[in-house]
Amino acid sequence: MLTLEKITKHYNPGSVNEMCLFDGFDFTVEDGEFVSVVGSNGSGKTSLLNLICGSIDTDGGRIVVNGQDITRRQAYVRHRKIGRVYQDPSKGTCPSMTILENMSLADNKGRHYGLRKGINKSRTAHYRELLSQLDLGLEEKLDTRVGDLSGGQRQAMALLMSTMTPIDFLILDEHTAALDPRTAEIIMKLTDRIVREKKVTTIMVTHNLRYALEYGSRLVMLHEGKVIVDRSGEAKKRMDTEEIMAIFNRISVECGN
Amino acid sequence: MALLLSVLEQGLIYAIMGLGVYITYKILDFPDLTVDGSFPMGAAIACVLITKEVSPLLTLPVCFLAGAFVGMLTGLIHVKLKVRDLLSGIIMMTALYTVNLRIAGKANLPVYQKETIFDNGLINGIFPGVFQTYKTVIVIFVVTMASKFLLDWYLGTRSGLLLRAVGDNDTIVTSLGVDKGLVRIVGLSIANGMVALSGCIFAQQQRFFDISVGTGTVVIGLASVIIGTSLFRKCSLWKVTTSVIAGSLLYKACVALAIRMGLSSSDLKLITAVLFLGILVLGMERKKKVSEC
Repeated sequence: MLTLEKITKHYNPGSVNEMCLFDGFDFTVEDGEFVSVVGSNGSGKTSLLNLICGSIDTDGGRIVVNGQDITRRQAYVRHRKIGRVYQDPSKGTCPSMTILENMSLADNKGRHYGLRKGINKSRTAHYRELLSQLDLGLEEKLDTRVGDLSGGQRQAMALLMSTMTPIDFLILDEHTAALDPRTAEIIMKLTDRIVREKKVTTIMVTHNLRYALEYGSRLVMLHEGKVIVDRSGEAKKRMDTEEIMAIFNRISVECGN
Repeated sequence: MALLLSVLEQGLIYAIMGLGVYITYKILDFPDLTVDGSFPMGAAIACVLITKEVSPLLTLPVCFLAGAFVGMLTGLIHVKLKVRDLLSGIIMMTALYTVNLRIAGKANLPVYQKETIFDNGLINGIFPGVFQTYKTVIVIFVVTMASKFLLDWYLGTRSGLLLRAVGDNDTIVTSLGVDKGLVRIVGLSIANGMVALSGCIFAQQQRFFDISVGTGTVVIGLASVIIGTSLFRKCSLWKVTTSVIAGSLLYKACVALAIRMGLSSSDLKLITAVLFLGILVLGMERKKKVSEC
């Protein structure tokens, strides 16, 4: 279980551009939930993920994972139990390394990166099998540099790599936003399958309201650092695009957008 | 023949330094100027040890470790004190100038008539009379190749993969739950260890240490790396280290040729700068063409 307690976050403190994003923000994610987070630009979606992952520091409040306070823990330590896929497909893989090398790197997550051989030949069959599930033919291109793949292929690999080892949370940061609609659809289906298979607790930020409705077990809408919609289970299933669009438009108008 | 031999000797010695620069410049994407201080440091330590009649073979690991230590300091300045990469190197380079003078005790320390890795009972015994001329180049060749294969091996280990990943996309290193700062420090250590090793061999081949031997080292290293990697760019990883060695030899050959054609050795730095600029511009041209395709 992940709990954010009374989180405070200011941007540009002490300057004329000072902005208070979160002020006493509370948020809880139960184990096994698949939360879709939507909201307009500047609503705090990405900041929320960055706070959880430790990419930015909190100004106040606590972040607790399974009873442990991780508020002051370094980002890289937190990531041992977090898989993260970014909006930018190039962030989840190493472009100048081959598919096989990338898979080997990800496979070793959580273990010691010592002087043992980087590529374990006996695992190659396992990598091929994982890659073949993507249906992109990548299993035949193990020696291709990842930089030579398309954005969609790279994002599929990033998704696979971030979920190869046991993790507590999967964090998806607008991971379909940079892809064309068809590829985005494929990646979204793949995401859903992986989340179901691994039963991993997932937080997905998206701009696509349809994905937020269609996938996941809970829908959260943020606005100016506050949760304004939070539906799960049956209540979420009953929601439709029109309803959520109506709420979205209303808050946007209030903002003067 | 003597010219060819000297190009081979110098080229192979500087190739080890080039491999170090390859780690920082190409793999870590870190323009490391520490090199200008760690190269003469290797030379200084070697000469002092040899003066003290320490076994010449022992100078190699000692210099490597000393270089690795200063590389680690550069890394700590950059990672922990958050000083920009270029400045971290400049700070260390400046500090090392004084440190090197202190190590050697004076600005110039010759080691004639002493045992070196090229001139000792064992080596002289292995190579009979006629081959004496070639013993230096053979010993250097062996050391350079050993360095190359060790580096190739390291880059294939898990730790090595991580080193390559951190220069490529450091976000993923954090995602893998590893401290990217630490990986950078390890990389800088190995790189400067190799540079100091190169300086150590250089001093033994030249049979002296001079405080000015380090000036411009980084440019020679970068030139070797850029010549090597742009001329032989279509190579798989295990050959990149070979390309750097070839680049170093080619560079030394160019310089030797320029001097042969009548330029004096005091023109050397200007030649180096012009050559380097030329290589950089040519390298960029090629890159542009590739990205336009």
